[in-house]
Amino acid sequence: MRRRDLLRLGGLGLAAGSSLLLLGCRQESATPTPVAPAAVPTSSAGTVSDPTPVSTPTASERMPTVTPTAREAARSVTIYSGRSQSLIGPLLDRIGQELGLDVRVRYGDTAELATAILEEGDRSPADLFFGQDAGALGALAKENRLVTLPAELLERVPAIYRSRDGVWVGVSGRVRTVVYNTERVQLNEIPASIVDFAGNERWRGRLGWAPTNGSFQAFVTGLRRLRGEDVARRWLEGVKALDTRIFPNNASIVQAVIQGEIEAGFVNHYYLMRERAQAGRSLPAENFFYTNGDPGGLVNVAGVGVLASSRAQDAALQIVDYLLSESAQRYFSEQTFEYPLLEGIPAHPDLPPLETLNPPDLDLSDLDDLRGTLALLQEVGLL
Amino acid sequence: MSVSAGGALRGLRGRTWPTRTRPSGEFVLAMLVTSLALCPLAYLAWRAGEGGERSLAALWHPRTGELLLRSVGLAITVAVTSALCGLPLAWITERVALPGRRVFAVLFALPLAVPSYLTAFALVAVLGPRGALADLLDRAVGLERLPEMYGFAGAWGTLTLVTFPYAYLSIRAALRGLDPTLEDAARVLGESRRAAFSLVTLPLLRPAIVAGMLLSALYALGDFGAIAVLRYPTLTYSIYNQYRLSFDRSAAATLALLLVVLSAAAVVAERRWRRRAVFYRSVGTRRPASLQPPTWWAWLVLGGGLSLVGLALGAPVSVAAYWWWRARVLSEDMPAVGQAFLNSLLVGFAAAVLTVCLALPVARVVSQSQTSFARLLDVPLWVAYSLPGIVLALSIVSLTARFLPFLYQTIPLLLLGYALRFLPEATGTLKAVFAQQNPRLEEAARTLGLRRWSIWWRVRLPLAFPGLVAALTLVFLTTVKELPITLLLSPIGFSTLVTVVWNATAEAYWTHAALPTLLLVAIGVIPMVLLGLWQERVQSGQGG
Repeated sequence: MRRRDLLRLGGLGLAAGSSLLLLGCRQESATPTPVAPAAVPTSSAGTVSDPTPVSTPTASERMPTVTPTAREAARSVTIYSGRSQSLIGPLLDRIGQELGLDVRVRYGDTAELATAILEEGDRSPADLFFGQDAGALGALAKENRLVTLPAELLERVPAIYRSRDGVWVGVSGRVRTVVYNTERVQLNEIPASIVDFAGNERWRGRLGWAPTNGSFQAFVTGLRRLRGEDVARRWLEGVKALDTRIFPNNASIVQAVIQGEIEAGFVNHYYLMRERAQAGRSLPAENFFYTNGDPGGLVNVAGVGVLASSRAQDAALQIVDYLLSESAQRYFSEQTFEYPLLEGIPAHPDLPPLETLNPPDLDLSDLDDLRGTLALLQEVGLL
Repeated sequence: MSVSAGGALRGLRGRTWPTRTRPSGEFVLAMLVTSLALCPLAYLAWRAGEGGERSLAALWHPRTGELLLRSVGLAITVAVTSALCGLPLAWITERVALPGRRVFAVLFALPLAVPSYLTAFALVAVLGPRGALADLLDRAVGLERLPEMYGFAGAWGTLTLVTFPYAYLSIRAALRGLDPTLEDAARVLGESRRAAFSLVTLPLLRPAIVAGMLLSALYALGDFGAIAVLRYPTLTYSIYNQYRLSFDRSAAATLALLLVVLSAAAVVAERRWRRRAVFYRSVGTRRPASLQPPTWWAWLVLGGGLSLVGLALGAPVSVAAYWWWRARVLSEDMPAVGQAFLNSLLVGFAAAVLTVCLALPVARVVSQSQTSFARLLDVPLWVAYSLPGIVLALSIVSLTARFLPFLYQTIPLLLLGYALRFLPEATGTLKAVFAQQNPRLEEAARTLGLRRWSIWWRVRLPLAFPGLVAALTLVFLTTVKELPITLLLSPIGFSTLVTVVWNATAEAYWTHAALPTLLLVAIGVIPMVLLGLWQERVQSGQGG
């Protein structure tokens, strides 16, 4: 009796295993270009020494390519995307279709994927890295993992939104704002400089921030650069002393402001826009933009870099080219509520235009002193 | 049967069967599994050493000591409360004739299937200072603010809600394998029901209780989701920040090694506490325990259990249901989840089967061996279990991309990663069950001419059946919600329910997260119901 049950249990395992294999095959065949299932390494002589685990299709399996001159092996591109599938999945799908590329995307946390690329070393399967912020791109650049991009691509965006060495380029802009509850805060109560929040008793117990968030940390790095280490430390200590609430991310700050749990918070501009789009009603919250060159109005970018270890750099560049095209930039404007960086593409109508933002005078390449920021945040006891 | 007599018998057996000391097939297999778990630890040591002074600086930072204390405090309190929740719940579902007890039995294990960050998010949405409950109270009685849930209390409560099923499942499996005649003997000798429980049942359940507590404690040590949402920074929080903020892999590895030391200490403490004792029935054949009629006490426990599940499961489900309804109202485009559902189900099953297979030799060697070396074989598994998911995931990334590139980001590697992550869930449960097996039965089988492997097949595994089911269920439920390993090690384009949820919540697309969250809970029900019902049938078949 019991032995039969064991047999069944084993059978269940076998069934699960075999259907998993079938599943692998079926999934692969659903992608536009048929390739060997990733679970089975290719055994063709050409790929034995190939260190990239992403198996390349054999010639007979390949679909006719759109541009016959392009290198055959380059038709499949692997993107490590720190931007989530909800956000840019549809765009990347469209790119694959329009460019005739087999775009394979690994979604994850920006910093974790960048660290994974560092750990993978020269064997990284990634061809293109798409990061949420300039910091992760800078970390890859620092370890010489990115190639220099063609000037033609770089020059499509203003100089402050790309790497000084030309190894990464911003594709969409995100602005630091103060989100506030319109029922509890008068517009004129918000200090003219973000620095003046520190020690301001009006805000005791009423502010929210997310010290673990990459955008917040980029802002702290910017503040250190713009106003010096002491101002940054005093600001962190001064705001912390106000019993400012710590949140895990920007999204939960915005929710807490909407619910009135706190009255204001330091966030990126687009979270409120998304909450509005989902709520389908007017919410008692607004974004305050610092348009006076204050560090509080820092503009960061989500950007891309092509991996030095990539074997499909041409195709990866094609994707960068597409991301900096009008159609992709419109996607960022309309779907993710970010700022398009290409000239002539308007931002979402609910947002102040990019030209009027007047961000602080800061080169995003200078935001790479992450260790200093970590040390500072630890020193004031925020991490 | 006294503990000392059992110990003496066992010693005698050690002498009369000298062949047992020669390394057996099981021992070799167990060694292999253990060395597999040692690889990530070796990687961490190497990575930390590479950092040199920076690693030391991270270690001696004054904040590190504070975070360490917080981690230890949280782990201990969560372990205690989850055992306190798990024990009575296991008792009433296993021994009390409550109506609908099979349904409750399944229900109490389900909170395990919900990722801790989702539970935490949902609890904040419901119980937070401005959540749904506060809103309700505000309207009803004009209460402005609820007591603060952020900080230690919130993290403790949430982690207890997420981990009490560990204790519940492992105690329940042990109760099932327990010989009720021992309790009956105590009752015949004039002890009250309560005294019989505390004198006989409780000591016999100790391995299972401790195994459950250890799982909860180590889970709390390595958890990031709940503590981040509830704002209670621990050592794990600091490790994540080292990766996320400064990309400092050496500092992260150093702090992770600190966790390694902590968890190793916890495991060794457990061994000390358990002492040497026997937990098997000595004579006669087994019969299932008779069910007690429900008392007021049992109803009380049931009520308590249901409110725990109501919070742990009800909160995420109702929040997700609300967003699902919103999405319907807005008629939004929702990501397709059919494939992800199927992937979760299959990967979960495959990982559970693989993990239990790998756990069998380890559990057997650890529970039956005479040498202290063999009894410590599973320590590296526990240690790996306490590592934050991202640390284990990145060490596997580093090792396989370097040494086994052909395996990198394939299904087999993903399954192996899950197994490494969750092996102790299986070894802990199986060990407790193996400890209940009377070695006499095996000796009899050997006398009757059965070979080593037939003994596994015809004696040990059938006797361990309740434990097998509990282990499979545990690993399945936790695999289905695992995130860091899934994100980094799965084949590219392979989505599971939890990656869909993560993709949506990371960018505040709550409506996109709704349906997969509901499915995540539902997928946990499937194996629980199937295995639960099947188990019931097997048992009742034997009882009749």
